[in-house]
Amino acid sequence: MKSPLAAEPWRSEALAHLSGGESLEAGLTLDLDEALRYGRGLLVVTDRRLLARFPGRTEWQEWPYRRGLQLLHHDHAGVGGLELQDESARLGGWRFTIGNNPAALRLVDAFERQLESHLTGRPAERPEEDACPKCGAPLDGEGECPVCAREIHAPPSTRTLLRLGRFARPYRWPLFWGFVLTLASTAAAMVPPYLSMPLMDDVLIPYQNGKPIDVDLVMLLLGGLLGAALVAWGLGWARTYILSLVAEHIGKDLRTVTFEHLMGLSLEYYGGKRTGDLMARIGSESDRICQFLSVQVLDFATDVLMIAMTAVILFSISPWLALVTLLPLPFIAWMIQLVRDRLRNGFEKADRIWSEVTNVLADTIPGVRVVKAFAQERRETQRFRAANAINLTVNDRVNRVWSLFSPTVTLLTEIGLLVVWAFGIWQVSQDQITVGVLTAFLAYITRFYTRLDSMSRIVSSTQRAASSAKRLFDILDHVSSVPEPASPQRLPEVKGRIELDDVAFRYGNRSVLRGVDLAIAPGEMIGLVGHSGSGKTTLVNLICRFYDVTEGAIRLEGIDIRQLAVADYRRNIGLVLQEPFLFFGTVADNIAYGKPEATREEVVAAARAAHAHEFILRLPQGYDSLVGERGQGLSGGERQRISIARALLIDPRILILDEATSSVDTETEKEIQKALDNLVRGRTTIAIAHRLSTLRKADRLVVMDRGRIVEVGNHDELMAREGAYYRLYQAQARNVDVEETGEDLPRIEHKAKGQ
Amino acid sequence: MTMDTDYQLTRNAFGRLVLTTAAGDVCEGVVPVRAFPIAAPGEGISLVGPDGHEAGWIERLDQLPAPQRQLVEEELGRREFMPQIRRIRSVSSFATPSTWQVDTDRGATSLVLWGEEFIRRLGKSGLLIEDSHGIHFLVRDINGLDLASRKLLDRFL
Repeated sequence: MKSPLAAEPWRSEALAHLSGGESLEAGLTLDLDEALRYGRGLLVVTDRRLLARFPGRTEWQEWPYRRGLQLLHHDHAGVGGLELQDESARLGGWRFTIGNNPAALRLVDAFERQLESHLTGRPAERPEEDACPKCGAPLDGEGECPVCAREIHAPPSTRTLLRLGRFARPYRWPLFWGFVLTLASTAAAMVPPYLSMPLMDDVLIPYQNGKPIDVDLVMLLLGGLLGAALVAWGLGWARTYILSLVAEHIGKDLRTVTFEHLMGLSLEYYGGKRTGDLMARIGSESDRICQFLSVQVLDFATDVLMIAMTAVILFSISPWLALVTLLPLPFIAWMIQLVRDRLRNGFEKADRIWSEVTNVLADTIPGVRVVKAFAQERRETQRFRAANAINLTVNDRVNRVWSLFSPTVTLLTEIGLLVVWAFGIWQVSQDQITVGVLTAFLAYITRFYTRLDSMSRIVSSTQRAASSAKRLFDILDHVSSVPEPASPQRLPEVKGRIELDDVAFRYGNRSVLRGVDLAIAPGEMIGLVGHSGSGKTTLVNLICRFYDVTEGAIRLEGIDIRQLAVADYRRNIGLVLQEPFLFFGTVADNIAYGKPEATREEVVAAARAAHAHEFILRLPQGYDSLVGERGQGLSGGERQRISIARALLIDPRILILDEATSSVDTETEKEIQKALDNLVRGRTTIAIAHRLSTLRKADRLVVMDRGRIVEVGNHDELMAREGAYYRLYQAQARNVDVEETGEDLPRIEHKAKGQ
Repeated sequence: MTMDTDYQLTRNAFGRLVLTTAAGDVCEGVVPVRAFPIAAPGEGISLVGPDGHEAGWIERLDQLPAPQRQLVEEELGRREFMPQIRRIRSVSSFATPSTWQVDTDRGATSLVLWGEEFIRRLGKSGLLIEDSHGIHFLVRDINGLDLASRKLLDRFL
């Protein structure tokens, strides 16, 4: 077996300090010193002792194994710590940033194994080799998966727009034809100035010199002009139509794919995002990309073609004059390049500020009752005004650069024309070119420079589109923290046996759950109790796999749930939340949400079992009544019973009730309780309830406190024990508010509810 | 639960703080926690016992007698970790996730920024930057940074 430590950077340093025959078991890079300043140190476990080099120092310290030694691990706010102590005193302590935590935990493991073996004389058992819980690749010594880490930390490419190619691929034939049409229509538009040459040299100038006008020639030339214009019009129409069509399709695909991806992301992602921002990304950003593809890229392509063709024609007519005409081009190109960077930053900034404005809206409008109740309308207006003011300043700054840009291009155009006039007149006077040639040149380059001007606009629209694309790809590049396994295991018939094996969960730098062990038998009802913030909802979220455990494993029927396809797994779970969410649609649709193919009989049966049937019939349109975003027109208890019917209909083996009855009055609670009794029957149930009385029927109660399970047992046992449950119960029986711990609620718990 | 002077705060052999209140209750392993770590670091320090309950409350740190204040400050120094960014040396990209090389009051290090939304504004000119491990980096005053750092930072604001 290849040692997992083989590739460690600190390995050679550590090996130099081992004596002969001593073997290296685990190591930890310390990146902080005692005073929490950054510095490199090393802590190593061998088969004989614990070795340490403190950060910033060169000498090593050692502690050979002996009875009473203890290595304690703790972490707080992004800093992990290890303390070595014996029965009487603390011997040493080390600090590291939380990124090294897995390595530290492995080190503690190794320490305990080696100490045990040293004391008992039995050889230490080898630990299993660690594998990444996400992708199964072996972990490196720091406990990070090299594959996942690389994916996550690589920034998206700056050439984001090219990535839109993935969405253009299905439309490559229409795109090809669009390009051909562009080519043809541009060529047709090149004809008129060319015809002005013979018109001048063969008709007008001879007439001035006394020759009569050749009517046939004039008719021919004018006919050519008209024909060219008509052809250019027809081709232009076809090209614009085809390409706009394609762009719309790409826009549609982009939106759909982004939304689809968004739906696949875990709750963790939603926890960190604001609704307004996500809505803006999918709505207006994709629209902007679409605009860019259909109008701006098209124009730009035409412009480039036009310039190339014009250049060829000009050179074929008069190389010298052409050279003078094209001279300002590189200069303008350079200027465009110069401004490009500034504008891009400005536009990105403007976008970010814009979502700030929408965020104020998304915050205030749903919370308008609170705003009004506390009479803070003025303050919210102030906040909105402030966001708007920032928006204005940022845009002002961008516009200052931008507004200077266009007139400068125009000025350069005029100067260019001046140069051509001057050089042209000189050449005419030298009889090197005819007046017709000069006229044609002037006609060409007037268009030519106009195109340059409009081309310079592509700078800003490309940048805008690129930043839009970046923000969309930000979503698309986000790897779900609840990944689908590469080769999911097939789920056998689910009976509802769930095991939690040493589960730990960390949210940000907060350790929310630690060392949770629990085996739940099929059909058993578990009641989770504890103060708010004790980790109940987090535990339930982990069981639903809204998040993945940080350490340990959750198993269903003996299979790690991370090895099951997410949808397959969740199909077996029915969830009833404190605040049921009803989608816009009919009552029947809402009940059948988890099983859209359900028959009407099934829907009614589920509603009956959930004690919802009768009140539904009292609604004006019965099961076809529309319910709004949050089920307007229905009371809390009614909405709750609809959501219970929803859970009943999918007939899940596992049922999770998260404070299902706590937002309603006692009378309604009884109704709901009856409905729940129907639901619970024969299913593995995990119920969280603030009112302990609602958990009477639970087979076992699990008491949680600050992320740990502190007591397990049924009501009578726990009462007899007079522990944490007893105190909770007494507090409620006395109708005194349950004392709150000093710890606040982790944010995710709020986010997870009612979504 | 205001703290009077008639209590004892000591450190035991295991390096833990021991609080003995006026009533004679002994609480071993209390941990000082600032209530307003950013807005008012010197005011409102709670002494939290190992059971997670508040065992004592210090109104103002500078009102403590010197030896006890030193104990509290030592303990805070060992627990609190919010490096203050002094300078941003470089960033790997302006698109996130982006790796920053920074100088902090605790030495040079690097941090990975997930996205712009992990930069939180504090008041008028302060920033709180959360890295991919959930460690918070503080910028007390943007205007106090040098021009190059400000320019880099500006791309993310």
